Amino acid sequence: MWSSLPSFVAVYPEILLVVVASIMALADRWVKLKDVFAWITIATSVIALIMVFAVEGAVFGNSYAADTYGLFFKMIFLLALIMVTLVSPGYNRMVGIHFGEYYALLMFAVTGMMLMASSKDLILLFLGLELMSLSVYVLAALLYSDLRSLEGAMKYFLLGAFSSAFLLLAITFLYGLTGTTYIDVIAKKVFYPGLADNTALLLSAALFVVAFGFKVALVPFHMWSPDAYEGAPTSVTAFMAVGPKAAGFAAMGRVFIEALYNARVDWVEYLIPLALVTMFVGAILAVVQTNIKRLLAYSSITHAGYAVLGIIAASREGMAATMLYLFLYLFMTIGAFSVVTLFRQKDFLGEEITDYQGLSKTHPWVALVMLIFLFSLVGIPPTAGFIGKFFVFKAAYEAGHHLLVIGAVLASAIAAYPYLRIVMLMYMKEPEKDLAVNVTPYVFAGLIISVVGVLILGVYPEPVINFARTCCAGLIP
Amino acid sequence: MIPVSWFVVLTLFLFSIGALGFIVRRNVIIMLICIEIMLNAVNISLVAFGRALEHTVAHVLVFFVIAVAAAEAAIGLALVVLLFKKTREVHMDEFRLLKG
Amino acid sequence: MEISLSLKYIPILITALIVFVIGLAMVIINQVLGPKRPYSEKYLAYECGLPPTGETRHRFDIKFYAIAILFAVFDVEAVFLYPWAITFDQIGFFAYIEMVVFIALLLVAYFYAWIRGGFQWD
Repeated sequence: MWSSLPSFVAVYPEILLVVVASIMALADRWVKLKDVFAWITIATSVIALIMVFAVEGAVFGNSYAADTYGLFFKMIFLLALIMVTLVSPGYNRMVGIHFGEYYALLMFAVTGMMLMASSKDLILLFLGLELMSLSVYVLAALLYSDLRSLEGAMKYFLLGAFSSAFLLLAITFLYGLTGTTYIDVIAKKVFYPGLADNTALLLSAALFVVAFGFKVALVPFHMWSPDAYEGAPTSVTAFMAVGPKAAGFAAMGRVFIEALYNARVDWVEYLIPLALVTMFVGAILAVVQTNIKRLLAYSSITHAGYAVLGIIAASREGMAATMLYLFLYLFMTIGAFSVVTLFRQKDFLGEEITDYQGLSKTHPWVALVMLIFLFSLVGIPPTAGFIGKFFVFKAAYEAGHHLLVIGAVLASAIAAYPYLRIVMLMYMKEPEKDLAVNVTPYVFAGLIISVVGVLILGVYPEPVINFARTCCAGLIP
Repeated sequence: MIPVSWFVVLTLFLFSIGALGFIVRRNVIIMLICIEIMLNAVNISLVAFGRALEHTVAHVLVFFVIAVAAAEAAIGLALVVLLFKKTREVHMDEFRLLKG
Repeated sequence: MEISLSLKYIPILITALIVFVIGLAMVIINQVLGPKRPYSEKYLAYECGLPPTGETRHRFDIKFYAIAILFAVFDVEAVFLYPWAITFDQIGFFAYIEMVVFIALLLVAYFYAWIRGGFQWD
């Protein structure tokens, strides 16, 4: 009887996450020492990470494939989960949201992302996206005694739900045209002459662009992101800036590169103006921000603009560059947000840029670590940010988008200013007030991982880029 | 038999009404209803496609959409209730704490 | 084929038109010709014939919303039971296991709501 069941080996990591998350949500009431949840989360993610490398194959009638493309993204998601968990105990205790459900929701969100990255079926892609989004909406609203958190979460929720309706319409059109929701089959059907320039297909591609544009915060679909980032608890913001964004790109790879590769002329046309506007608007609006979380939100918008260049290149090299970019972006963004969490006290937000004035005098090590992350976000050579930009720009240039790359270089010159302003405040000004820094062993470990990641990948990225190249080999015929 | 294209046109009309309503109206409850209209507009097309192609896949997707819409509504209404408790207000324009 | 089918619907269309016109006419004629003798009780909201208490737009206790939200979620999940029941014969044991997993996940949510006091009235 049991032998008649199909094998579920490929989804063992996801099953593990869901089971552990469910138990944690239920057990929270009886566990007094809440740090236990952080330990369990880290242990589970490490086990899941090992399992992800071990399992392969397809389940659920080929809707889900544990292939190498999914593997790379799952690695990003699980690393993000580990690093966000390291940030959480200290900060969450300070703001009063340190409980089991928090970690459970993080794990549910990561499960959704993993389903998205590995889905071979648009239905599963939609469900994974919803599982991720619904968990993150709740996470963003966790600080509900603070009106800012509620307001940000409400905006995030409304626009997120709006965009998922667009995704659904896009899926429906594609289904109506090709008669299937399987990505492989769609890729073959779109090849038929006549279907590649069908109006409904163009509309479907445009709707996909809108839906994913909301998820990865491309301008003009970015309105929710600064508010949601500012309102959410900083540990959640760190997660939001990396996880759902990487998952959005994973889904873009599945839909645009894998399913609609033969219609690439069309969706590249839609993405190019979006990428340009995103890079410039993100860079320019970051200049006027006074809140560091809003500044980093605009920075993450700009970075989404760079990362999309690899998708626009529509080549194996481009996709590999985007994957590498997201991997490097993980370390610098979670690192920068980890530094922001250090200054949070019970009645002091520590989110204004002026709070960082003279930090090099009062807390030289914290200032140095922040300096490394900011340099990486700017893209200054010995750091990871430079490598990421170099590969996406190169891929887009090789694909023939010369003007776009020139625009991207100009935008990154503008984008450097807001970061360097913080560096100047930290190193050139005298301190005005004495800031307390709240360093727990967890966040210390997290910061070390981020710094090491940013510096090592900045000088020696070859293994990762080669791995990314092998991972997306199966994606493009 | 009514041609599938009619259903697609109906879907597009309903979807546009929902999307426009979402953009024009500022009452959070109405915005939630508009999202429901958009999702159900898509459901009409899905059922029509499923019947025309004689597939069950589309119907399965409709079930999933219904379930997801319920989950979304639950989270949305919970947020609305929390916001109302704090501010006595359900209009998006009144929430201006975050400049954006 | 298609023309004959759409012709079949024309009587319905005509009926609908007649109903619409008559209904509208009755409302309008009443408004124009009917005598109007308003007094305060006529403007009261109708509440089963009793004198109404309180406002019509009266606020409900927040607990009703909590129950309603829980109900909506669990109610809609039941939609998956119907296709499962219909195709159970064809899929067999695998379908049984799938539904056990599904119900187990629902039970997790149910127990969570229970533990957190979602079902307590006070």
